[in-house]
Amino acid sequence: MQPFSSHTGIAAPLLKDDINTDQIAPIMHSRSLKEDYKAMLFHRARHREDGSEDPDFVLNRPQFRAAGILVTGQNFGAGSSRESAVWSMLANDIRVIVAKSFADIYRENCLQNGVLPVVLGPQDADAFIARVVAADGAAPFTIDLVTQRISGPGGPDIAFEIAAADRTRLLEGLDDIGMTLKHMDDIVGWESRAAAVQPWLQTTQDSR
Amino acid sequence: MPTTRPRTLFDKIWDFHCVGQRADGRDLLYIDRHVLHELHAHHAFAQLQKQQRKVHRPDLTFAVQDHTVATRPGRDDDTNPSGTAFIKAMREGCRNNGIRLFDIDDPEQGISHVVAPELGIVLPGATHAVPDSHASTVGGLGALAFGCGTSELAHILVTQVMALKRPKRMRVRLDGALGPHVNAKDVALRLIAELGVAGARGYVVEYGGAAACAMPIEQRMTLCNLNIEMGGRSGFVAPDEATFAWLAGRPFGPQGAQWDRALAYWRTLRSDDEATFDREVVLDCASLEPQITWGTDPSQVVGISGRVPDAAAVDPSRRAAAESAFAYMGLEPGTALAGLPVNRVFIGSCTNSRLPDLETAAAVVRGRRVAAGVVAMVVPGSSSVKREAEAAGLDHVFRDAGFFWGESGCSMCAGGNGDRGQPGERCVSTTNRNFENRQGPKVRTHLASPATAAATAIAGRITDVRQLLAGAA
Repeated sequence: MQPFSSHTGIAAPLLKDDINTDQIAPIMHSRSLKEDYKAMLFHRARHREDGSEDPDFVLNRPQFRAAGILVTGQNFGAGSSRESAVWSMLANDIRVIVAKSFADIYRENCLQNGVLPVVLGPQDADAFIARVVAADGAAPFTIDLVTQRISGPGGPDIAFEIAAADRTRLLEGLDDIGMTLKHMDDIVGWESRAAAVQPWLQTTQDSR
Repeated sequence: MPTTRPRTLFDKIWDFHCVGQRADGRDLLYIDRHVLHELHAHHAFAQLQKQQRKVHRPDLTFAVQDHTVATRPGRDDDTNPSGTAFIKAMREGCRNNGIRLFDIDDPEQGISHVVAPELGIVLPGATHAVPDSHASTVGGLGALAFGCGTSELAHILVTQVMALKRPKRMRVRLDGALGPHVNAKDVALRLIAELGVAGARGYVVEYGGAAACAMPIEQRMTLCNLNIEMGGRSGFVAPDEATFAWLAGRPFGPQGAQWDRALAYWRTLRSDDEATFDREVVLDCASLEPQITWGTDPSQVVGISGRVPDAAAVDPSRRAAAESAFAYMGLEPGTALAGLPVNRVFIGSCTNSRLPDLETAAAVVRGRRVAAGVVAMVVPGSSSVKREAEAAGLDHVFRDAGFFWGESGCSMCAGGNGDRGQPGERCVSTTNRNFENRQGPKVRTHLASPATAAATAIAGRITDVRQLLAGAA
């Protein structure tokens, strides 16, 4: 996983609540094992019915085409567990999502991929959104995970909270599996204890 | 002797399965049963190969082809061309890693959330993970199940644990007895309407109360299946004698003396009387009528006798979403749901495709015909369900009425196998998500129970099943 310490980039406002993974990463009509995740991101919203780009969709507007920060509302990433909804962000160089809240599985998928999910409280979120809208892509914002601050045009820095463990994992780009493998002895020990007290859990024989 | 503090059933299962705590403070939760499907599997297998890591417990891991498989009779790998590569890649990965696969032509293939319980792969008090958000369907058996992403899937393959933060606890008490032709689907939709699509975010939900206890196991699965639609991390019903009777004799479950021992343990699986929950919700189910969604998220629900709400009646924070839903669904505020003409009806998905779901629908359909111009489909949740339904003659009931009777899979739930509606079509569906474009571009989805879906197919309009059946009497 690529580490994340700080990102400076254009912030694009996508100001809706409950944006779901069907919207973020729709199931494409013809799919393959090597999907075009760049094209997948908000594919339906980005295009009109005739297949041409919808110039009004925020990420199609010239000032937001290279946005690296997505700013959105409540419960971002609701719906299915598809990780393509995060991979498609990365494929478009979006490294930070600032939301009022995230769906649980989506947030986990962000942490697995070095995408920083920032949650702001209602007041900070509204203040930040106003500044992002006012900036209109003309000047970048910086999201610094080391100092846990957002800085940019239109006002003072905004502090944000993130669990210390999640912060460390992103800063160091820690390999999630590698962290757990350090506990393999515990896992194997648990298995032998479970086999003694609930043996049916440690076996899956077809009795037929 | 130290007194133990009262604990919820969730806490008991979690504590038992907690292997330890990682340096980052996350609990390592042992996963007793892990089931893969083809949309995620190949990514994880490729990752393992690249990192030269092995599957720790292939014997506790299963795989099912479900999301992309065609439902047309006589299907094979290539019937849905956009699924072929996924199906083959999972097959190869399972072979290389020694994982039991229920392949497209396996007599026990089906939707993972249907197959795992019916084979006794999932058990009460067990932990379960699937790279699919509807994993908690198996909570109907009293299992603690988590949906996960692809990276987490790879993590479980290598370590057999998930690294999780301990969720909060919610108890939902379902009071009263359900009226005729009202079932778990209606209860769940009402609950999502009351709590909202993020109302259970961060929580594991224990469903209890008279209505939950009275539900047959398959309905409990429907209830737990829809837990994610209010954002819940997991959801379950504590196991009881009905659960144990349902599980007895299932092939992958314990047998003989082992069964007796398991049963004695399972009978202890309940929340302590004094245990506290972070949130308690009560829903009176006694006066509940069949429910149906009118909008584009599963919380936009009314009773079957209800009307599309006025924007002014919607909570201000949800008003923009409602207005967008009116436009997408082609509905004016104030429109009665009952009577709206439909183009399509779909009965299936991990939400409502088990044998009793099909029996309920068949009881409505028997001796009737699908209305002219309506495309109606039934897709059983597993090949076993399909066989059992055929043994009972249900396929004839549906086919004679004009329904398509398909091979099992996820089908029109997300349309990942090519089963989709046409733009502008209105579809009543027993699935779990009415998101825009999910069942095909511009398709307008109304979520409802199998009984409501069946009645709607017959009438050609959204229909209160109670009125359809009363009219016939």
